[in-house]
Amino acid sequence: MPNAIITGWGKCVPPAVLTNSDLETLTDTSDEWITTRTGIKERRISHVENSDMSAVAAQHALAAAGLEPTDIDLIIMATCTPDRMLPSAGTMVQAKIGAAKAAAMDLNAACSGFLFALSTADQMIRAGSMRRVLVIGTEKLSYWLDFTNRATSVLFGDGAGAVVIEASDEAGGLLAFELGSDGTAGDLLCAPGTGTEGSPLDIQAPSILMEGPDVFRRAVVAMGDSSARVIEKAGLSLEDIDLLIPHQANVRIIDATARRLGLDPAQVYVNIASYGNTSSATIPIAITEALEEGRIRPGSTLVFAAFGGGFTWAAAVYRWGSRTAPLGISGAALPPTEATALELLQPNVAVHGKGV
Amino acid sequence: MDRAEVESKMTDLLVDELGIDRDKIKMSATFEEDLEVDSLGVVELLMALEDNFGVSIPDEEAEKIGTVGEAVDLVMQKLGG
Repeated sequence: MPNAIITGWGKCVPPAVLTNSDLETLTDTSDEWITTRTGIKERRISHVENSDMSAVAAQHALAAAGLEPTDIDLIIMATCTPDRMLPSAGTMVQAKIGAAKAAAMDLNAACSGFLFALSTADQMIRAGSMRRVLVIGTEKLSYWLDFTNRATSVLFGDGAGAVVIEASDEAGGLLAFELGSDGTAGDLLCAPGTGTEGSPLDIQAPSILMEGPDVFRRAVVAMGDSSARVIEKAGLSLEDIDLLIPHQANVRIIDATARRLGLDPAQVYVNIASYGNTSSATIPIAITEALEEGRIRPGSTLVFAAFGGGFTWAAAVYRWGSRTAPLGISGAALPPTEATALELLQPNVAVHGKGV
Repeated sequence: MDRAEVESKMTDLLVDELGIDRDKIKMSATFEEDLEVDSLGVVELLMALEDNFGVSIPDEEAEKIGTVGEAVDLVMQKLGG
């Protein structure tokens, strides 16, 4: 049975920055409130579609792996904000990057989506049915922002991250993982107006609703405890863990999760201040940046953990392979824009109004 | 566990988990105004209480806690004392 190793990685974050002080003009909030409760200072707002960001991230990941798009057998696109439900975002990315030999599909497990997709790819490679899989976590959550809701409209941002996973004889890969869901409390974190419920006569603008304190508690318990279980399942102990890369939803969830787990804050990767919560994109973006910053080294033992709407949660222990430098660099980039984040959000204001 | 022990352990948790100045902690102190603990801070405290006292506190009951003394009352009640 081959191992499944991450051989390429990349990200794409759109250029328009929405700061906390920008948000003060849209909703009843303050930089101080957002910073102390979430750790977020700014987030990115996309001027392009979800699949455009994904395609750029994917091209960076392919270059880092030293592969051509036609080398890919399968694309798994973890997203809950696809351009359209049909065709799937995965097939759109396939066309945009020219991965002609790949099967492509979308997977929705909300903020846990990337880890659901990563473990699916891992298992298909180990089973021998696929050799090279492109796993993308990507979201355009700005589409759902409703500034009359100050509890959620300050949290989210846009972005994409991607990894290439390949069958390999090299040691490493996913040592253990756990996926979980609890659909009985789904209303505590949900996005009405984003699917087919009700009648097409009653179409409502999409928005995100969340019961913050309840979700906070569930997230910390789920991420902390599932991380502890996968570490044990991998036959390891906390001392063996080099870096926890958690889903970036709220810095206080991250801190509380690390405390629950008993992990030193220095062993936790946090970049939420720059991007906010980009749902399924947070972990692949974090992996890419952790590599660029030298926080992941050959043989590093990582823990990934996520929690999201559904509810869904996932944790995994991953041992990095021998290579932490990209084999190649892609010049892929989004088309430039002059638009500011506030300009890009005018449609949201037109539909929902402002919260100030 | 008697009330004095619960009060003492509660004070330690507020200092250790929420970083509150020990001198500010009185049983009459309100979390929101006097101790400047926000809504997530209250959740963090509840989770610490559950772990440290081995009790279970649902959100509905947690919402009624206003002061440190009321949090002690709730823990005492949960401990059956």
